[in-house]
Amino acid sequence: MLNGINITHVWVFDQNEALEFYVGKLGLEVRDDVDLGNMRWLTVNVPGQPERSILLELVGPPSVDPASGGALRELISKGASGFTVGFTTDDCQRVFEDLKAKGVEFTQEPVEHFYGIDIGIRDPFGNHIRISQPKNGAPPA
Amino acid sequence: MSRAAEERNRRMLRARDAMDRTYAEPLDVPRLARVAGVSEAHFIRTFRATFGETPHRYLQRRRVERAMFLLRDSERSVTDVCFDVGFNSLGTFSRTFRDIVGVSPSTYRRRSDRAAVPNCFTMAWARPSSFGEAQEERGD
Repeated sequence: MLNGINITHVWVFDQNEALEFYVGKLGLEVRDDVDLGNMRWLTVNVPGQPERSILLELVGPPSVDPASGGALRELISKGASGFTVGFTTDDCQRVFEDLKAKGVEFTQEPVEHFYGIDIGIRDPFGNHIRISQPKNGAPPA
Repeated sequence: MSRAAEERNRRMLRARDAMDRTYAEPLDVPRLARVAGVSEAHFIRTFRATFGETPHRYLQRRRVERAMFLLRDSERSVTDVCFDVGFNSLGTFSRTFRDIVGVSPSTYRRRSDRAAVPNCFTMAWARPSSFGEAQEERGD
C-alpha cells in the first residue's frame, strides 16, 4: 500500500526565476539543488517539511523535445496547467497581505468557504497555486 | 514558442484572472486592456485568439456561473443576484442568463430547489441499499 506523497513537480521555464518566486516570495526552502550534468535537480519544500518536496522541473530538451516544450509553454502561460499545488497556512489573510506586498499575482483574494479561507495565486509562468487555511485551524497531518 | 508569445499569453491571463477575481466590479475593455498592458484594439483580438472567446463573453460566463451559484446556495432575490455578480440591468442579466444556461434565473432556481428540497426523497434514494445482500441471504 502507498503511504505518502514525497515529491510532485511543477513545470517552470527558468529555474532561477522559479527560485525567486517559490523561495523568495512564497518562503519555501531549497531541499536539493544538484547539477547532474545534463540537468539541474532542484526541489523545494515548506520549511521544516523536507519529506514532501516539489520538483521545479525545467520545460525543455532533453526531457521534452523542442516542439513539445513549446506546446507546454504555450499552454502553461495561458493558465491551462490547472490546479498545480495546494498549500496550507494558519493565517491566510496574513499570507495574502505579505504576498500582495511582494507583487504576487492573485486569481482570488481571500474568500471564506465551508472548508476554510483560501486564496489563489499564479507563479511567474502561469501555474495556478492555492493557499488555504482549513477551518479546523490545523493543516492536515 | 517565443518568449514574446509567452509574455503575450501571460498578459492575457492576467486580464482573465482579473475577471475571475473582480467580476462584480464594472470591468470595461479600457480597464482590462490596462491590466494586460496592451492597447484596447489589440486586447480584444489577442484575448480571443488566446482563449477562444471575447473578453466580454468570458466575463458574462463568469458572472452567470457566479449567479447560478448564488441562486442555488443563497436566499438572495434574482434582482440582488443580478447586481451582486456585476450586471447593472435586470433585462441584460435575464437575457444573458437564458442565453447561456437555457432557462431563466427564476426557473433555474426553482429546478435547483426541486432537486435539493425534498430531503426525505434524497435520503430515501441516497441511502446505501441492502436489497442485494438481503436477496443473497434469502437464497442461502
